[in-house]
Amino acid sequence: MNKRLLAILSLLVIASMALAACGAPSAPEAPAEEPAATEEAPAATEEAAATEEAAASMGTIKIATQSPLSGGQSLLGVAIKQGAELALEQLSGDLVAMGYDVQLAPYDDQATPDVGVANAKNIVADSEILCGVGHLNSGVMIPSSEEYHTANIPFVSPANTNPVVTTRGYLEVNRVVGRDDVQAPAAEEFAFTTLGAKSVYIIHDKTAYGQGVAEFFRAAAEEDGLEIVAFEGTEEQANFDAIVTPVVATQPDVVFFAGIYNQAGVFFKQARDAGYEGTFLGTDGMDSSDLADIAGDALTTGGGMYYTTVAGPAAAYPAAAQFAADYEAKFGSAPEAYAAQAYDSMNVCLTAIKAAAEAAGGTPTRLQVAEAVRQVNIEGLTGNVSFDEIGDLPTAQYFIIKVNAAAAADWSTNEIIEVLEVASPGKGE
Amino acid sequence: MKQFAANPVYKFFLFPIGQILLFALGASVILSLATILLAYIFKFNVTDFDLVERTLLILPQVIINGLTIGFVYSTIALGYTMVYGVLEFINFSHSEIFMVGGIVGIQLMAYFEHIGTLATMNEYLVISLAILLALVVSGSLAVTVERVAYKPLRGAPKLVPLISAIGMSFFLQDIVRLILSLTTGEFNVILPKFGTFDDFWKLALPGMEDPLRIQIKSVLIVGVAVLMLLILNFLVNGTKVGKAIRAVAQDRPSASLMGINVNQIISITFLIGGALGGAAGVLFALKATKLDPFSGFFPGLKAFTSAVLGGIGNLTGALLGGLVLGLLESFSASYLGIFTNGAFGAEYKDIFAFAVLIIVLIFRPSGLLGQTVGQKA
Amino acid sequence: MKTLFSDLYKKANTGFWPIVIAFAFLIVGTIALFQNPRSLGAFLLLMTTPLILYFMNMPVKIKALIGLLLIVIILPVIGIKNIFLLEVIFQMAVFAALALGLNIVIGMAGLLDLGYVAFYAVGAYAWAIFGSKQMSLLYSIPGAAPAGAEFFLDSRWFWLFIFLGVGLAALMGILLGLPVLRVKGDYLAIVTLGFGEVIRVLALNLDKPINLTNGPQGITPIQRPPLPPEGVLMFLRSFLEPLVGHEVSDAEFYNVMFYFLALIIIAIVIVVATRLEDSRIGRAWTAIREDETAAIAMGIPLVKMKLAAFAAGASFAGAMGALYAANRTFVSPETFSFQVSIGVLTMVILGGLGSIPGVIFGASAVTLLNIQILQNFSLYLSDLRQSDAVIPIINFAWKNLSNQLDPAKYQKLVFGLILILMMIFRPSGLIPAARRQRELGEEKE
Repeated sequence: MNKRLLAILSLLVIASMALAACGAPSAPEAPAEEPAATEEAPAATEEAAATEEAAASMGTIKIATQSPLSGGQSLLGVAIKQGAELALEQLSGDLVAMGYDVQLAPYDDQATPDVGVANAKNIVADSEILCGVGHLNSGVMIPSSEEYHTANIPFVSPANTNPVVTTRGYLEVNRVVGRDDVQAPAAEEFAFTTLGAKSVYIIHDKTAYGQGVAEFFRAAAEEDGLEIVAFEGTEEQANFDAIVTPVVATQPDVVFFAGIYNQAGVFFKQARDAGYEGTFLGTDGMDSSDLADIAGDALTTGGGMYYTTVAGPAAAYPAAAQFAADYEAKFGSAPEAYAAQAYDSMNVCLTAIKAAAEAAGGTPTRLQVAEAVRQVNIEGLTGNVSFDEIGDLPTAQYFIIKVNAAAAADWSTNEIIEVLEVASPGKGE
Repeated sequence: MKQFAANPVYKFFLFPIGQILLFALGASVILSLATILLAYIFKFNVTDFDLVERTLLILPQVIINGLTIGFVYSTIALGYTMVYGVLEFINFSHSEIFMVGGIVGIQLMAYFEHIGTLATMNEYLVISLAILLALVVSGSLAVTVERVAYKPLRGAPKLVPLISAIGMSFFLQDIVRLILSLTTGEFNVILPKFGTFDDFWKLALPGMEDPLRIQIKSVLIVGVAVLMLLILNFLVNGTKVGKAIRAVAQDRPSASLMGINVNQIISITFLIGGALGGAAGVLFALKATKLDPFSGFFPGLKAFTSAVLGGIGNLTGALLGGLVLGLLESFSASYLGIFTNGAFGAEYKDIFAFAVLIIVLIFRPSGLLGQTVGQKA
Repeated sequence: MKTLFSDLYKKANTGFWPIVIAFAFLIVGTIALFQNPRSLGAFLLLMTTPLILYFMNMPVKIKALIGLLLIVIILPVIGIKNIFLLEVIFQMAVFAALALGLNIVIGMAGLLDLGYVAFYAVGAYAWAIFGSKQMSLLYSIPGAAPAGAEFFLDSRWFWLFIFLGVGLAALMGILLGLPVLRVKGDYLAIVTLGFGEVIRVLALNLDKPINLTNGPQGITPIQRPPLPPEGVLMFLRSFLEPLVGHEVSDAEFYNVMFYFLALIIIAIVIVVATRLEDSRIGRAWTAIREDETAAIAMGIPLVKMKLAAFAAGASFAGAMGALYAANRTFVSPETFSFQVSIGVLTMVILGGLGSIPGVIFGASAVTLLNIQILQNFSLYLSDLRQSDAVIPIINFAWKNLSNQLDPAKYQKLVFGLILILMMIFRPSGLIPAARRQRELGEEKE
């Protein structure tokens, strides 16, 4: 038996070697002694090459994405990958004109830290990767970014709102989304001042994201003297009866849900059905037209539904409408939450690589790209994107959006109620 | 008396209905009493309002919520328990069979919506058609899965089919995802809006300010689930095939010697179990209003727990286990937060359910209704 | 064909041929990896060497020599060139230890445990809570760390916590084992599953009333044990840097250190597991597994033996948990989900239930498949889609392949298929236990 096993195994090894041989078309081209993108990379040869005709091949630049592409969280993870893919396709023109072959290297972190860190090390080992977009989960981003930090690979996060991601002060870690400790007070301010709420029920989805926002919301609410009816977390996806019952019994003015729309939508619907009449308030995880399909007129009846977001609605940003159309044309479905942010993240990467390449007069090092990322100042789909000294947006612009749609098709009828400009708290206390 | 007991109306209708009522009522009453008792004990802990009053205020609602989800669990649990009874292995992929049933049902409704007939059709006809389709698709899928992934493993050590089932579970999740994303480009499957079953019946209870609100949907779910259970009871206890299934479950070699085609019976078992799972999927979809390829996992896990709680391999046990688990969840999620003044909230409901399971198994190692089986050689 | 293979193998397995083959794989693999550190094929080639050492006949001294050469010199050097490889081996070792622990409970004692990840979590959280600033954050809300928090313990305490992890996990094993001893078979499976969930939900929820685990936010930063003193590092640098061709940073030394730590733990685990298997306890477990009633009749103390199985199995996971927390400097409840328990169970059964080499091989194979082979395959296909290549025979451009068919999305599907096929065609595992092999052999002949 063992003999056969060994025979099969050796066959497998030979087969996989063959696969790897043709699978790494770029690898043999790179001479073995090429330094793995250390800091002293720009060599004389590159300068010489740069002065020659621009169309000459300057080599391959890869930009990685890391997000869950398989498993239960793949809905949003795939959106991140596809948003980045679209941006690469549309915006890499300048780099291609400079003679680079720009490629996407999509990694699947499976929403687990183990796989995320392993991939991060794999990304570090691939010297052609100069920049990255990811992750979806803060729980994966935090350990993985330790690897990016040691290898100086800049990563731009389209989704991680946990303050810890940037407060460690790493040069390589940036994000195009606001922080929990900014978004939550903005939402609370709206609930307290504009809606005039007296009591609030806070519920979150037991993820680092949801709980983070909910905790900061609670802190702000306590400061303002709002009555907090309850503070609940739940992993439940389908049957919220047990949570809804006390909500209906106490009828708080506002129910604040910190989480993602595909869970929240079901909750909203069941709560409204059961007789809750107040206002729903959500976070930027609600920013998807599917929310209207799931929750239906639960969003427009009673006190209605509002959410805070950094991503301006299509009406405010014509570019976003174009993006949605392009995305749908390419991938056959409307962009999910974080797709636009991923597009912007990729835009940041491409802009930074281009700037660094021009400054270095050749293929830049990772460190040069990381420094260039901090200098980026672009008009993205989700507003102006630039970074402060720890990689946050210096002022996050929050839109408070009122949902007028009871079906996905009407999602564009949602209106901006308020625009709040909040400065990033920086590295904090 | 004996003659009366043999009367088919009694045997296949009155008796099981009585049994279901007994379980539902019994479990509700026992849990309610325990909760009220706890409310008195914890009264000191809560100062802003009268704990007992608050407890009583939401009690009927909590019971209804618990029973609704409990019946769904029961229906899924029957699939686990039937397969276990015959093959003695945990059919891990049953949760995916369940998910497929739900998605197929929703897709049918979405199709009606697409061709524009959904609004004009009788809503109960739509649901019946969806359940029928789910019965067929899930049933045949379960049989196919059995043929492909379990049949070659007959006679292998017990853990081997378990792993195969886990593999099948992964496989089915992604296949469904692949099919969904190729056809609709979507990941979430959303129940279209139609009919009136989202509405509530309001029952004014004596001594209570707010009327008791019962969603028509809940009644529908419970009604269909009970109907399924009755049909199953008839199939297993009233037909020749049922007799054969019981024979195979009891002693496969002897059954085979008696001229029963064991492979066929096992297929039929999977067919019935899968079909039940599919029907439960549609019921669950009515409640959840949104499914995705991974939403079978948690209800499946709960249903499996129910089956074990009731005594795995025992059909009545699965029914009881599902009801008890549903009620337990509902009670713990609604009351934990109130009783402990917010220190422990609804997030502990699963722990609570598992803790009860462990306690039950300590005192009754074979579940609530399971017989103590001797070690099989 | 079959006979050709076995004839060839027989010829190759005599005389000095095995040594030649082993060295050939070692040297070719090393050179190939040195030239191209990211090549999957070269890495697989190199990793076949241990298998050759295990299967083929050659003097033990030579086996040890080749093994040491590979583990102590070749892998660390190549690992500094490509840190991903060290990570792969680190994860292989972690999961191999988990699989060996679970193998004691399931393979040797026959107790089906579906919540094994709980013990891993206990070890990890033990060091995470005491080795981070968490002890001074007990009363702050999760996610908002006040300034000036200090590490509770010095990082050297880590060495103690590896042992504490072992002890705590073993204790948890006994605590779980005590109430559920009467429960058998699949009932036990669901109880352990419940236990695993309970631990995960506790980790998720114990951010109140006091903030012990920081809830879903997870605990970070967790300290790593200190590197060896500067003198030792200088010495290693002088020897390593000419080989790798660049300066070796502290981060890279940490990778190597954790690689060795994981290997040391796995070596201890293997020794313990092997000794246990051949001991009185091991034979008692076998007896319980085969026939509980007969085992009692033979005077085997059932309660003690079952508890010993739970404790021994759990302790391996506890040690690896502490190591894992230090390596990652971050733990969060996501790492300890039910899927991990299932994953470890899969490794055990794929490798060969009850077979120590099989279980190690199973863990390595699944880990390799999961984080390297399937990922590489996806990346390769993604490359194809971005190139102008066409599918040969049907002349279909990869570019036009629907986005929904992106292979990166369907790793689990491939994994599921592999599981099913393996169970159908090789149900006793890749390297079946010797005992079971004998049983199967008897049936066939």
